[in-house]
Formats: sequence, C-alpha cells, structure tokens
Amino acid sequence: MTPRLGRRLFGAAMTGATYGAAALAILALGAILAMLVARGAGSLDWNFFTKSSVPLGENGGGFAHAIVGTLLIVGLACAIGVPIGVGGGIFLAEFGGGGLGWLVRFVADTLNGIPSIVIGIFAWTWIVRPAGKFTAFAGGVALACILAPIVARTTEEMVRLVPNSLREAALALGYQRWRTSLQVVVRTASAGIVTGCLVAMARVAGETAPLLFTALGNQFFSTDLFGAMAALPLQIYVYAVGPYDEWHRQAWAGALVLILLVLLLGTFARLVTRARRHA
Amino acid sequence: MSAPPTASAILPDDSGPQPTAEERWRALRTISRGDVVYRGMLTLLALALPLLLLTIAAGLTAGAWPAVRQFRFGFLTHSTWDPVAGTFGALPLIVGTLYSSLVAMAIAVPLALGVAIFLTEFAPRWLRGPVATLVELLAAVPSVIYGLWGVFVLIPLLRDAVWPVIRPAVSWLPFFKGVFYGPSVLAAGVILSIMVLPYVATVSREVLLAVPAAQREAALALGATRWEAVWSVVLPYGRAGILGAVILGLGRALGETMAVTMVIGNRHEISLSLVEPGYTIAAAIANEFAEAVTPLHLSALVYVGLVLFLISVAINAMARWLIWRVARGSAAGSAAV
Repeated sequence: MTPRLGRRLFGAAMTGATYGAAALAILALGAILAMLVARGAGSLDWNFFTKSSVPLGENGGGFAHAIVGTLLIVGLACAIGVPIGVGGGIFLAEFGGGGLGWLVRFVADTLNGIPSIVIGIFAWTWIVRPAGKFTAFAGGVALACILAPIVARTTEEMVRLVPNSLREAALALGYQRWRTSLQVVVRTASAGIVTGCLVAMARVAGETAPLLFTALGNQFFSTDLFGAMAALPLQIYVYAVGPYDEWHRQAWAGALVLILLVLLLGTFARLVTRARRHA
Repeated sequence: MSAPPTASAILPDDSGPQPTAEERWRALRTISRGDVVYRGMLTLLALALPLLLLTIAAGLTAGAWPAVRQFRFGFLTHSTWDPVAGTFGALPLIVGTLYSSLVAMAIAVPLALGVAIFLTEFAPRWLRGPVATLVELLAAVPSVIYGLWGVFVLIPLLRDAVWPVIRPAVSWLPFFKGVFYGPSVLAAGVILSIMVLPYVATVSREVLLAVPAAQREAALALGATRWEAVWSVVLPYGRAGILGAVILGLGRALGETMAVTMVIGNRHEISLSLVEPGYTIAAAIANEFAEAVTPLHLSALVYVGLVLFLISVAINAMARWLIWRVARGSAAGSAAV
C-alpha cells in the first residue's frame, strides 16, 4: 500500500525544507566570505603588512603590529597550553578510566563551555591586577586556558583510535609501558594530535574578548611580552566600531587576513592527517 | 662436517637458581621506575585543568566579593546601573542575555535540525561531506568577523530592506514596538543564530547518526513515508541528545561577546521590543571593564561575570549529561568541542 498523496506531498515539502535549511546555512557562510573578499581584498597591499597604525587624519598605515602581536600571543598560548593539553589528553586516554579521569574529562568539557570573556576576567584578576599593567603575557595565558582543554579532548580521542594490537605487540617485544605509550601509541597518533593543536590554534587566534583587558591593544609596533600589545582581532574590533571610513576599510582588510589565517591553519590541519593516512 | 649443536649449547646454563612461574609473572607485571615517572608527569599535567577551573572560580569570587557584600542578591533583581552614583543592578543585563539568546535559538534550532536531518537522512551521499564541512566552517569564523559583518552588512540589510517590508504587518505586536535604528536585540539574535547553528547542527547530526538503522527500517516497513520515519521515529529516539545539542548551543549564545557587543546597541534597559537596543552580561563586561574607574564598578562587573560563569557551568553540565545518555560510547559527546 502506498502512502496517500497528502502524506507524500507533506513529506516531499518537509524534505525540501531540510534542503532549504542547508542551503541557507551555506548561503550565510558564502555571504560572509564574499563580503570579506569584496571589501577587504582591495586594501591588502605592501603597506598593510609592513606598516603599523598611523595617527588619525593621515591615510595609509597597516596592520603589521597587529599581525605580529597575534603571532606572538598565540605562540605564547601554545607554549603554555599545548604541553598541558597533550599531556592531559594522553593521561585521559591511557590512565583515564578511574574517577580522576572522569573528573578531568568533565572539567575539560566545562572549561570548553566557559565564555571567553570570563577567561579574560580570570587572567586580569591573577596577572594584570597584581602586575599593575596590561601585558601580552596575560593575553597569552588567557588564550592558553581556552586552548588547553580543546587540545586535551582531541588528543584523548586521537590516542584512543590507536589499535590495541600495536600496544600489545610493543609490550610483547619487551618494551616498558612508558616507552610503549610514548614511542608506539602516541607516535602513531601524532598526526592527529598535531591536527588537534592546529584546530585549537585557529580557534584562539580569532578570540577577541579575552584580550580586551589583558593585552589591551596598542597602536604601535611592540614585541614586548610584558607590555600592551596589538592583536588582529582587537585591531579589527577597534577599527570596526570607530567612526572613520579609513578605519572601516582597514578593518575589512584585517578581517580578511584573520579569516585567511584561520582557514590556513584549518587546511594545514586537514593536510597533516591526510598525509599520514596515505603514508 | 661438524656435529649438530647439542641442546645444552643452545639453552642457557641452567645450573643457577631458576625463577619460578610466579616470579616470571611478577616480572612481567612489574612497573618500572620510568612508568611511575611517566604516569606521574601526565597526572600532574592533567591536574592542571581542574586546578585552572578552581582558580577561575576563586578569582571571580574574590573579585566579586565587594559587590556581593554590598548588594547581596538584590543585585540580580535591580535594574539601575549607575557607575557614578555607585548603584548597580544587573537585571537588564541578565534579561538581555536570556532574551537575545532565546531569539537566536528560535531561529537557529529549526534550521540546525533541518541541516542535521538533511545530512543524515535526505542528502545524496556525495553531498554530505562537503555540506557538513561548510557548516562546520561557520563555527571557525571568529566572533569579531561576525560582528563586523553584522555592523556593515546585516544591520543595513535589516533596517533598509527587511524592516520597511515587514513593519506594516508586525508593528502592532509588542515585540516590534518602537523605532528601528539598527543596533538591536533582533540584529544580535540573527547574528547569534548564525553563530550557534553549526554547534547545534553538528551535535544533532552525531546524535541522529547514532540512531540504529533498524528503527528507520521498521517505520518504513510499516508504511511510513521517509519524512514520517524521521519525524515520528528517528527524532523521538534521539530527543534527549538533540535537547543536549540545543542546550549546548544556548550556552554558546549566552556567553558570546564580540559580535553581540557590536550589534546589540548597549543600553541598560529592559524592553520587550526586538527592534530596540539591549545589553548582555558579556557585552557590558567587554565595554566597561577596561574603563571602569571605581573599584565597586569593577567588582560589580566581576559579579555579573560570576553569574555568567555559573550559568554556563550549569548549562554545560546539563547538556553533556543529556548527550552522554543518548550516545554513550559514540563520539557524539566529544564532537561538541
């Protein structure tokens, strides 16, 4: 017995609606990316990458200070966050069966859900306020707090994917447990772990809120980790909410650079896993 | 021609004391010093995460303490926010946070479910991978870029193209009273809906994938259309997980800062109207924290931050629990990262 026409039509309509929902989501993505290219690409010239902000009223100037600032702050975040994340992740995969494993897993997920602005308050309370000044270091610590739990969870997943037979083979050859874990299991999962780190880097590179009152932003070129420093997302924010057309133009260009950086890290992450799979 | 080696030449000299079977076993199970060090170091690194959560909670509580002592819980129910007079009430912020997030969820949930159903049930196979990747890409776009797009593309679009068309039809509703200048709860809700859509869609998709094929087949065998199988069998089967996905998305929306700060208008007032400006907890902290002059103002901002922290911890715990209940063992829970 075939369903009656009305039911079939309704089903077809709802199926069409799900196509529509998917199309709308992709349309939104397309609209954002297209606008970034349309408004930002024209301003990407040599000056944009080599000059810093110029005083109000002058045209020109660029985002060099912000780009370097983002690289430094994200680099610092990785230096702090990656060891904690990877170590915690290996712990979860190798010894995480008990109560402590459950706790760490739950805490990592909870940390993932904490709004980034709250992480900013945290870094301000413990680093900026005692030091009495805004520092890029505080910004890096704040980003590390966002990065570490993400890396921990992806590392755990990647290590868990390694087949148990590999571990058994290494143990049967007389390897000690820690060498088995580090040189066989973790090494097998290393491409996945690197991917997880890159994805987390892409996520924190775009974070603005935790830097607002830690790294603060800076109109000048600075590589001093213990002073205020510019960052791409901060500079985009300041220029976007400012009243000048020249600022808006540069904000679009900065946003294009930021999204390219994020996409580059993401693509890189995919390539690392793919290369490994084909090897 | 040499004689074949005798057994005694191959086997080790067994004149000395031999380990018993039990001793051999013990030797195999022995955990070397390296193992202890390895495990200890990993445990320390893992313990950094709970320690971090504790320090965050302690820092927030300490920072909020002066405001907590002065305003008690009345802080949460008063609506005057006057840094000059030193009076702080967070009700408009709390209401604004909830209101903008609810608007976002009202738009995002049907769309995200549609995307998830499309990806698991209806899309041709070759389309599933690319569409899933593109939807996940929405989650990779930084918040500040959504804000930029909201200020210069979405707000003009809503104000100049959408509002003139829908205004005659809806202006009698209390939700659309007032003059629409652009920055508004509506703009924030729309931006937020695009931002949380990938989270809800991705987790819902994982949940739907975990529904056994036999459930669908049974429904189809009973004469259901494919849509009826989805609506009356697959969705109910995964409803706890989908609810978890929705709550997870809500958690994202509540804490979202930059995009909202840029488009919501930042006004400390409670209004039912979607076209008027509002404010959220995260936006207030972003705007006022670096410029706060009095210690009490700072403390009041940390106090709302503490409220936001507690809300997000509770919401996440609830969402994880729901997802975990449905998709035990599958990757649905961890995909939420």
